[in-house]
Amino acid sequence: MSVMWIYDKKLQFPVKIKRPDPRMARLIITQFGGPDGELAASLRYLSQRPSMVTPMAKATLNDIGTEELAHFEMIQSMVAQLTKNASIEDIKGSGYEPYYVDHGKGTYPVQAAGTPFSAKYFQSKGDPRTDLYENLAAEQKARSTYEYLLNLADDPDVIQPLRFLREREIVHFQRFGEALRYVQDYLSDKKRFSYGKMKK
Amino acid sequence: MMNRDELLKIISVLDFYALDLQLYLNTHPTDRDAIQKYNNVVKRAKELREEYERTYGMLTPQNISDSPWRWIENPWPWQYKFNFDLEGDECNVDL
Ligand SMILES: [Fe+2]
Repeated sequence: MSVMWIYDKKLQFPVKIKRPDPRMARLIITQFGGPDGELAASLRYLSQRPSMVTPMAKATLNDIGTEELAHFEMIQSMVAQLTKNASIEDIKGSGYEPYYVDHGKGTYPVQAAGTPFSAKYFQSKGDPRTDLYENLAAEQKARSTYEYLLNLADDPDVIQPLRFLREREIVHFQRFGEALRYVQDYLSDKKRFSYGKMKK
Repeated sequence: MMNRDELLKIISVLDFYALDLQLYLNTHPTDRDAIQKYNNVVKRAKELREEYERTYGMLTPQNISDSPWRWIENPWPWQYKFNFDLEGDECNVDL
């Protein structure tokens, strides 16, 4: 195999939205290119990988960083389907107009307020504990964002994938917390650390 | 014989089950029951993937193709048509 990842031609969770809703598209786009969005999450974890000191933390960052790319694709699919059949009449007065004049119906990584994606949204500090603390906070911020989006959504076709994505942030938070505990054990007592002495 | 959407749904469920176990096992590498579960899920998903790809086309490019090249076939995952309906039901898969 000569590539870093193999593309799997399916979504992690289905996105099948019947009703166009440019207003919701304009809000959901923030999880595509916003500060707590899926692209920032993926690049954050994948960028931090070499700083990780335990096998568990390396695998955790690698695999969650990869899963976030699948979420990036789900968000893109939601935005694309919410706008595909939207008429100009649907777009007028929906809040989608500023985005429309810059990007039409293209998916471009911006936050809901319109600022384009930036690597300034995350850190890679070279200290595994610091990075894992950032990741715990990042998962909570993403969970909050999904909750705010859910407060503003009314279509079950939109709500289902948003709920799935929210739940994944909770699982990721759990896994980063476990990885952090083992990193702390390792750093506080390098010599005694071994698989045989892992706590259950 | 399952239709495309049924097959895709079960593959998606199994792949998700496997991924969630994978993340769990990364921080619980000595949990034998979870490894057993993981192995069963991955085996079943592999069989169903082969069945899907024989009829409905390639899920990954690391696969054999008929002519013309099947990888480029529509629809793609971000399209409405590609995805299956959830209809709010739960999906239980026997392993
Ligand atoms: Fe996440």
